[in-house]
Amino acid sequence: MKLTFALVGNQNCGKSTLFNYLTGSNQHVGNFPGVTVQKKEGTLLMDKDITVVDLPGIYSLSPYTSEEIVTRDLLLRNSPDIIVNVLDATNIERSLYLSLQLIELNTPMIIALNMMDELQASGGSIDIKTLEKKLTIPVVPITANSGAGVEELVRRAKETAENHRLPERLDFCSGPAHVAIHSIAHLIEPKVRQKGLPLRFSATKLIEGDDLLSKELELTENEKDIIGHLTTELETALDTDKEAALADMRYTYIEELCSQTVHKPDESLAQQRSVKMDRYLTSKYFAIPIFLLTMFTVFWLTFDVIGAALSDWLETGITAVTEAADAGLTAAGVSAPIHSLIIDGVFTGVGSVLSFLPTIVTLFFFLSLLEDTGYMARIAFVMDMLLRKIGLSGSSFVPMLIGFGCSVPAIMATRTLASERDRKITIILTPFMSCSAKLPVYGVFIAAFFAENRAQVMMFLYLTGICIAILSGLLLKAFVFNGQPVPFVMELPAYRLPTARNIGLHMWSKAKDFLYRAFTIIFLASIVIWLLQSFDTRFYMVDNPAESMLAQIGSFIAPLFAPLGFGDWRAATALITGITAKEVVISTLSVLTGSGDELAGSALHSIYSPLTALSFLTFTLLYPPCVAALAAIRREMNSALATLAIMAYEICVAWLAAFAVYHIGMLLGFN
Amino acid sequence: METTTLNTLAIGQKATIVTVGGEGILRRRFLDMGLTPKTKVMVRKRAPLGDPIEIFLRGYELTLRLDDAKKITVVPEDEP
Repeated sequence: MKLTFALVGNQNCGKSTLFNYLTGSNQHVGNFPGVTVQKKEGTLLMDKDITVVDLPGIYSLSPYTSEEIVTRDLLLRNSPDIIVNVLDATNIERSLYLSLQLIELNTPMIIALNMMDELQASGGSIDIKTLEKKLTIPVVPITANSGAGVEELVRRAKETAENHRLPERLDFCSGPAHVAIHSIAHLIEPKVRQKGLPLRFSATKLIEGDDLLSKELELTENEKDIIGHLTTELETALDTDKEAALADMRYTYIEELCSQTVHKPDESLAQQRSVKMDRYLTSKYFAIPIFLLTMFTVFWLTFDVIGAALSDWLETGITAVTEAADAGLTAAGVSAPIHSLIIDGVFTGVGSVLSFLPTIVTLFFFLSLLEDTGYMARIAFVMDMLLRKIGLSGSSFVPMLIGFGCSVPAIMATRTLASERDRKITIILTPFMSCSAKLPVYGVFIAAFFAENRAQVMMFLYLTGICIAILSGLLLKAFVFNGQPVPFVMELPAYRLPTARNIGLHMWSKAKDFLYRAFTIIFLASIVIWLLQSFDTRFYMVDNPAESMLAQIGSFIAPLFAPLGFGDWRAATALITGITAKEVVISTLSVLTGSGDELAGSALHSIYSPLTALSFLTFTLLYPPCVAALAAIRREMNSALATLAIMAYEICVAWLAAFAVYHIGMLLGFN
Repeated sequence: METTTLNTLAIGQKATIVTVGGEGILRRRFLDMGLTPKTKVMVRKRAPLGDPIEIFLRGYELTLRLDDAKKITVVPEDEP
């Protein structure tokens, strides 16, 4: 029998650990349609007939965040065969709040009580039998890290799903709330049945003022009035408002339930340990130095030590393969255009992007380490003040910082942000951080024009990027994402040891993601650029790069850059090829100026003055990032249109900033 | 005992929530995270830059901004 399990639970409850344990590498990561919310699906290692869906970590089923809405929609519309509700046993009170709402959905359900080992180690215990009896659903203690209890969980989930055993008791209310819920349930019953929605869930959500549901049920004015009246009665009786009344009703029931079934110390051992560790890690004086040191170490290991070494090896490998293919094609006497397509187009294009892979995998090793240990949440806590003004929270700090290394993993890292709005803003701002691929461009120009002012020019470029990001953040906050942000009310989970399985799977999924893009979008882009570079407008192969279609396009758009001081066709052409990878700007300039492999300063002097060189660098800093980063944006935004809009915005910003640099420079008397 | 707001409590101070303000998604979030009337909370610490704060309630650690904490009224417990 084919079955679908839906994993639902709070953030940090170990849901993903359980999912990874259940599915291993049989998992597929995608997006919910139209939003940036991640959807993970997989088949069970121990039973191929069972599909598991890992839903986003949420605390409630109220329709406020896109995570809550997609979870609700999936549970209501696709009705999985069973809801597997994962709870953190050391944090059971707050976890049960979501459970009570899930039970109202009237779907077969089972509770996986995770982190039982930790609870027991701290001297706590939970009376599982009584808990099952009170909630009328199966409860299975597990430890997702080691897999203890998971087999039993799957066995009982399967049994409950196959027999379609529903929770027997949906009624956790008392007093005035009880009256209101039952009266409303009675009133809306025909409509709810017709729509196939769960009755009890609909009644409580209508009291909470759920507009989505109210619209879907097509309630008449009269019905809305009666609901309004009943709700007001409830509010008067309890001397509070409807939302607080229901939250209070749930928590009151949970407190009573826990007092009968749960015996645990105020703080588990892991929590006590965390408080001790936080005396340093989030302390007034040490927190920021420790954070900076951590990030510095991550960057150093990724970009200078491990990632760089792996990249070098991979590059050697790619070169060897390319040479072998080159020799093979020559030996086989393949025609020149096809030979060039395979070697100069495909191998060079995809090869140059592939050498990023080790850096990305290494970086994600460290990022998942930071995330899984619980340190990432502390970084958000410590750095929150700095990002608040631009409408973000501290959670965006790390992805943005990674942007200084490489935009691709930075954009991919936004996946862990808790709100869709934060994810989108962070994705838009990150490319303005000056990534390491732009350094070779700065290096060559600075050597040619600013040998005396090296540090100042570098500083100017980095700061310009940051300032533009801040300004863009303010603009986005004011005009695009001007709704109420998801508030920064965030759990700080206890520090825990990460598992090798979680980290390994995380790295593997990011690598797969990147490889997929390297062989699709990036592959296509490489061929297009090759085509434009190798042929003239009549599709003859060119010997002189100045006659290629690319050069023609460069000449055509060059006048657009004249107001920025560099209306030369060679500069324009270099900027176009720079879309494949930023360092290509330099190789194109050297080809077009005929300076061979080493781009000579004198060649640059024939195109640029110091001021127009600075204007050109400003443009290079801000204009759309490389095709790998654009592909990452496309993937994470889940929209081609949004990606094009972001590109257009970046081109405008780059143009305006370079224009400002050029004209202010001229006013100051430089040229 | 007089009521005050959550943002004014000293580090280590314990209190009981009286009312939960705010509106829309913020209020919903407060309630969902267990910040309901009669809940006991303890202020654990302030972030190094002075804001946000970390509080302990219902057996877990929660962080929220001072501006938002202002919307929660509490009765502080007597100093032991």
